Parts: sequence; structure tokens; C-alpha cells
Amino acid sequence: MAAGVAAWLPFARAAAIGWMPVANLPMPIAPTDKNKRQDELIVLNVSGRRFQTWRNTLDRYPDTLLGSSEKEFFYNEETREYFFDRDPDVFRSILNFYRTGKLHYPRYECISAYDEELAFFGIIPEIISDCCYEEYKDRKRENAERLMDDLEDSKDSKLPNMTFRETMWRAFENPHTSTMALVFYYVTGFFIAVSVITNVVETVPCGSTPNQRDVPCGERYTVAFFCMDTACVMIFTVEYLMRLFAAPSRYRFMRSVMSIIDVVAILPYYIGLVMTDNEDVSGAFVTLRVFRVFRIFKFSRHSQGLRILGYTLKSCASELGFLLFSLTMAIIIFATVMFYAEKGSSSSKFTSIPASFWYTIVTMTTLGYGDMVPKTIAGKIFGSICSLSGVLVIALPVPVIVSNFSRIYHQNQRADKRRAQKVQKARLARMRISKTGSSNAFLHSKRNGMLNQALELTGSTGEDRHLNKTTSLIESQHHHLLHCLEKTTNHEFVDEQLFEQSYLESALQSLPSRSPSLSSQEGITGTCCSRRAKRGSRPSSEAHKPSHMHPHTHNLQELSAIHIQCGEQRTLNTSRSSLNMRPDESGGLNCKSSSQVTTAIISIPTPPTNNSPTSPEAPPNLASNSSAGVVKVSAL
Amino acid sequence: MKAKDRDQSLSDSRELDGSYDQLTDSIEDDFELSTVCQRPEGLEKLQQLTKFTKKELQVLYRGFKNECPSGVVNEDTFKVIYSQFFPQGDSSMYAHFLFEAFDTNKNGSVSFEDFVIGLSIILRGTINDRLNWAFNLYDLNKDGCITKEEMLDIMKSIYDMMGKYTYPCMQEDAPREHVEIFFQKMDRNNDGVVTIDEFIESCQKDENIMQSMQLFDNVI
Repeated sequence: MAAGVAAWLPFARAAAIGWMPVANLPMPIAPTDKNKRQDELIVLNVSGRRFQTWRNTLDRYPDTLLGSSEKEFFYNEETREYFFDRDPDVFRSILNFYRTGKLHYPRYECISAYDEELAFFGIIPEIISDCCYEEYKDRKRENAERLMDDLEDSKDSKLPNMTFRETMWRAFENPHTSTMALVFYYVTGFFIAVSVITNVVETVPCGSTPNQRDVPCGERYTVAFFCMDTACVMIFTVEYLMRLFAAPSRYRFMRSVMSIIDVVAILPYYIGLVMTDNEDVSGAFVTLRVFRVFRIFKFSRHSQGLRILGYTLKSCASELGFLLFSLTMAIIIFATVMFYAEKGSSSSKFTSIPASFWYTIVTMTTLGYGDMVPKTIAGKIFGSICSLSGVLVIALPVPVIVSNFSRIYHQNQRADKRRAQKVQKARLARMRISKTGSSNAFLHSKRNGMLNQALELTGSTGEDRHLNKTTSLIESQHHHLLHCLEKTTNHEFVDEQLFEQSYLESALQSLPSRSPSLSSQEGITGTCCSRRAKRGSRPSSEAHKPSHMHPHTHNLQELSAIHIQCGEQRTLNTSRSSLNMRPDESGGLNCKSSSQVTTAIISIPTPPTNNSPTSPEAPPNLASNSSAGVVKVSAL
Repeated sequence: MKAKDRDQSLSDSRELDGSYDQLTDSIEDDFELSTVCQRPEGLEKLQQLTKFTKKELQVLYRGFKNECPSGVVNEDTFKVIYSQFFPQGDSSMYAHFLFEAFDTNKNGSVSFEDFVIGLSIILRGTINDRLNWAFNLYDLNKDGCITKEEMLDIMKSIYDMMGKYTYPCMQEDAPREHVEIFFQKMDRNNDGVVTIDEFIESCQKDENIMQSMQLFDNVI
């Protein structure tokens, strides 16, 4: 229940006057305020700073430290105040939570310090209000990531009992683990560099023989280059196979980007080996050699920055797409305009709109090669507009990409839409949790409360009061209110699951059922004083036993009617045999002592079927109210 | 004054060009200054009007002001507050009837005086006062008698508060049946309406009702 609303509870209870005249049943007894204190100021001394508030304010949240009796541990008799040796700055937010019902997270506060204070005062962080909740979650995530990074760093110490395969994989992924790995790392790096340089030098014209034109080095020293190439490719192949062997999940490894790059780097060589001196495909073969340049991407294993750049580009796909789209739009517009503007002039290079694309691109990116220039006045005007707008259009998305890069560098990435959705979903989820929490609290305390009520009726001694755990006065008043509503409408609040079950059950009512009597199976009728303590907990456990055919009816019958016997210390065995006894034989049912409360369980009115051996159980229950005492008839 | 002029010019411009950009235009309108702030009568006057002690009035006011800093409750806030107590059902209809009953001068808002006067009748009044107040709650059009339709509305609103998950399952005609029982009990001369005298007389004869009226003695 929200904070300030607790103060409106008297109003809500007063509003129940509208139910009274229409109710046909008597109302339950109201919980009384045992120690009716006047509202008083209490002083909370937190590390020297004194806070004062009403006692009622703190009582709003009885399941926290300050709202429960736990704060008595911190009471200082001499100064008559509560002393907490904690951070007073954070305490400010915590006390404001009691006052306003909203928990705020101050941005300047360290997340782990704040969490510790919340844990100390027994407040769960999920109730941080929406204005601060996102910030809190973000900071918490950063902190968790930081912790995980630290953890990973410390994991680099040698773990015992790793298989050879796992050692190899770790060596590949993290070269700093061992010397061998480092050597391997540098060797492959060297060979990648050699391979790239070879590819480049191959095409340089390499001195000329007197009677021939310049030939590129590749054609002059064919054998040498071929040997270099072979050596590099062999190294790469070996490396790839070793990685494939060591990978924990080969399928996943083969799908990863790096392995694809590896394959693409070495494949042209093998394809070249296979199809040599075939004139038809030599053209394609030459094209394949282009792919050798992909070997340079293998460097990304060696460079963290390259990987981040690649990741950035991948994650900025939407911004890049927008850039591309807006550029395309502008190019098409300006190309069209330029074409029609230059159409009139003779010997114009703007022969068609696609031909004008080249001019537009070169102008918009402020390159200005000068191979195509407008000659007409209109063309020059539009050309200048084109170059001006080019600057703007390109300058707009670029800072976004840059900021993305820096954000990813700090390992923080989110999409705006997803965030809004998550916040909305999380808020709804939290509201639902708090709602079910409060209604569950009512159902749970109903079971306890009915027991306590009956106890109070019989004037039992104080030691049994321990069942009434820590429901505060406000909660018990609220539950009394809900109970009055139940009595007014002659229906009961139930759990969602129970409702589903009872709905199913009512649909199956026509089946011959053993249901009502099963409820007695657990020995309701046999409860004695010593086992009263167990009654409160048993209903909740019974509800979840799927083995019973109709657990819900049993549960609800317990809810509605409590069978209490006192006096006799004899424990009835809970077997069904005792229930099959006829009324005069079931000694436990009819206690001889005078002060007893016997409540009759009225079964659900299913027609007693012929094959049910337990049908005679219904009458004994009813007959048990023959003994003296108060008889409470359940509302069923 | 200034805010009004600005709003006026905003709406004028909007009419002129017919364009309304959701993105840029809507936010300013929400920053209206809520200048309504009502202060209640003095403590002494309230003490005379009601039967609460000074301390009780103080406690009540603190709770009231916390939830409604402007000093008055409008119907929506009323419904929100009341729904906090009934998480499983829908209490808005009953809260509406309550609001009508508390808002004695029918101005659409409940001030602290109305609030505390109503509470005083329920919590500190005699049984007859309470029954009168309940009758006033049921009599939706305040014509001095409760018809079956009015009672049906009230009954439905009470049953709505139970929500869906009840045992036994809520039937469609449960409120109607309940109204029939009520009228059988209350309507002495069987003319289809229950007047105030019939109501009080029948309630006084019913043991349960008289006992439940005692419940309100120590709510505060």
C-alpha cells in the first residue's frame, strides 16, 4: 500500500458504511488498537545529523527497518533518540521515501554505497520511482559490467586440469597467457604483413630490360613470389586448422566473421592451384587474386581498435543507412536539376541523369575533380547550391556515428525505442507485482487471521498469539475492511490459481466426486490444541499438492470454517478410518470438556453418489455440532 | 494573465496554418500553473462543526494534505486513492457514489471541511445519523427515496469491487438477487421504493445491521 494512502485508511473504513445496510451477514470484529499512542515525534540521529518525523510516518512501511520493531535495537536511552551509524546523505533519500512514498536515487551518489544503505534499511530497490529508476538501472549495469571485467582479468591465472584443446584455444584467444602463444601471435602477424606487402610489391614495375617495357615485379620474379605466397598460405592454413581443432564449438567458430575472413584469404590460392593455365577462367582467376587483399583483415585479431571500429559500424547501421538514404535523395534531386539545367548548352558532359550522378557526388563531398563542370548560368547556380548542401547533409549524421563510437568504447549501448518499451513494461510489471503483493498479503493473512479470530473468541492464552506475526495495525485494519466486503457480498477473494481450479471444478461438478470428504482427509476434525500451531501453515501447503483431486475445495473449506477443539489432548489419527466412525464413536469429535468451540464443516452440496464410500462422512460432520459451545456456521 | 495570452496566440497560430506538429507543440501546454489552492477553516471552527478533537483533526489534515496538496480532492484523485485499497476489483463506481455523498455543495470537489464533516457523521455520529448518511449515499438523485434501479447501481458497484477472482464464481445476477433481498427486507409497504423512514425502521429492527454500525466507533 502506498505511503500517503495509509493515512486515508480511516476514510476507507468509514466509507464501508455503505455496505452495512445491504449486508445479510454479520460483520467480522474489527482489530483494536492495543496500545493507542498519540502520534509523536521521534528523533533519528544519523551520524550526528538529526532527523525528526512522526512515528506514524515510519509506520507506513512495516516491513522495513524503520517501520518495524527492529529500530528498537538502535534506541539510545540517555538521549531518547534512535542512533544509526550510517551515511546521513543517503538517509535523506530514505526518509523522504517514508514521507512521500517515492524513493529517489540521487545521481551524485555511488551506486554500491546506495545499494548498501537500502539493504541496511530493508528497502528493496525495485520501488525506486520512475523518474530515477532508469538512471539507477543504468548505473547498476555499468557497475556489474565493471565487476565482470575485473573478474575476467583475474581469471587469467592458470587453471588446472585443462585439456590440451582448451589450452590451445585459450592461447589463441589471449596471446599473453604463455610464451608459445605470444610467439605464435607474432609469427602470424609477421606473415600477414609479409603476405600483404608481397601482394603490393608484385604490381610495382621493377626495372626494365632494354628491349621490353616495364614489367611488374610479379612477372619478373615469378618463382620467388610464388614461393612467398605458398609459404604464407601454408602458415595461414595451418593456423586455421589449428583454430578449428581447438574451438569449443566448431560450428559456431566456422560461422564467425574471423574464420570467414581466414577462409577467403587462403581460398584463392587453392583455387589457383587447381585451375592453372586454363585460358577461359584466367579472367576469373585474376579476379580471385583480388580477394587476397582480405588478408589484411586478419590484422583485426591483433588490434582491439579495429574490432571496435567494426563493431561500431555494425551498430551504427541505422545512422549509416540514414546517411546513405539522405545522400541518395539529394544526389537524385541535384542530378536531375543539373541535367535539365545543362541540357541546353552544347558539348555538355551532362549527357544523362546517371551521368550527372558522378558530378553530384563529387560536388557534394566537396571533392571537385573538375572533369565535369556546368557551363550555363543556371547550372552554376544549382551547382553551388549542391556543394553547399552537400556539406550539410554529410555533416549531420557523422557526429552521431562518432558519439556512437565513443559510447561503445565505454561499453554502453541502447536503442531509444527499446528503452522506452522496457521502462513501460518494467513499470507495468512492478505495478502488477505490488498489486498482487497486496492482495496476496490479504489472502495469506486471512488464513492466519481467521485462526487468530477464533483464538480470540475462545479467550486463549497469550502464547498462541505468536501466530499473529508482524501484521501491523494498518494492515490488519485493511484486511478487516476487505473482510467486511466479503461478508457484504457473500463471496470471497481467492487466489488466481484457486479461481481457475474452482472454475474448472464447477464445470466438472456433474462427475461423481469424492471431493467434500477428501477435505477431512488431512484430519481437520482431529486438530487439537497442540496442533493448532500447524493449522495456519497447512492450508497454504495443501493448496499446492497436485496429488489431491480437489485441493481447492479442501483449502477453501478450511478458509471458511475452522474446526478447533480444545481440552482434549488426545490426537486423533488423521487416517480416514477415524472419519468413517459413526458419530457416537468418534470420540475426538465430541470432546467431553465444556469449553470448546466446534465448528461444523458444511460440505459442498454435491449429491451423495452411490459409489462413494465416503458419503456417510458428511452427516458426521454436521452431527458434530451436537456438543455444547459456540457453533460457527461457515459462509459456504 | 500572461499564460492565457500565450495560450491564445498559440491556438490562433495553430488555426492559421492548420498544421500541428505533435513533436514541438504539445509540451508547453502541459505547464499550466495550478493556482487552485484552498485552505480550510480554522481549527476551532472545524472543532465546532465536527465531533473530532484537535489532535484528530491535525492527523486527518496531515494525511489529507499529503495526498492533495492543493487542498481539494477532485473525483479522479478520489478514485485513485480509493482504488489503492481494493487491488483486486474495480472500485471506481463506488468511489463515484462516495464522492457524490461527500460533495455536499455539488461543486465537483471535496474540500477538507466536506471531508471531515462527512467523516464526523460516520465515525462520531449517532446510529441514526449514520443511517441517514447511508441513506443519502444510496439515494442517488436525492429525492428522498431509493428505487430499485438506484439500489441496483449501488449493488453492482459494491460487487465490482470484489473483482473477478472470487469464490464462488460471481454470477451475473448476484447483485440483482441481493437487491431483491434488500427490498424484501426494507420495503414495508411494497410500493417499490424505500423511503427514509422505512429504511431507518427496518435497519433498527435488524440485529446484524445495528451491530455492524457499532464498528465505526473506534476507527480513529
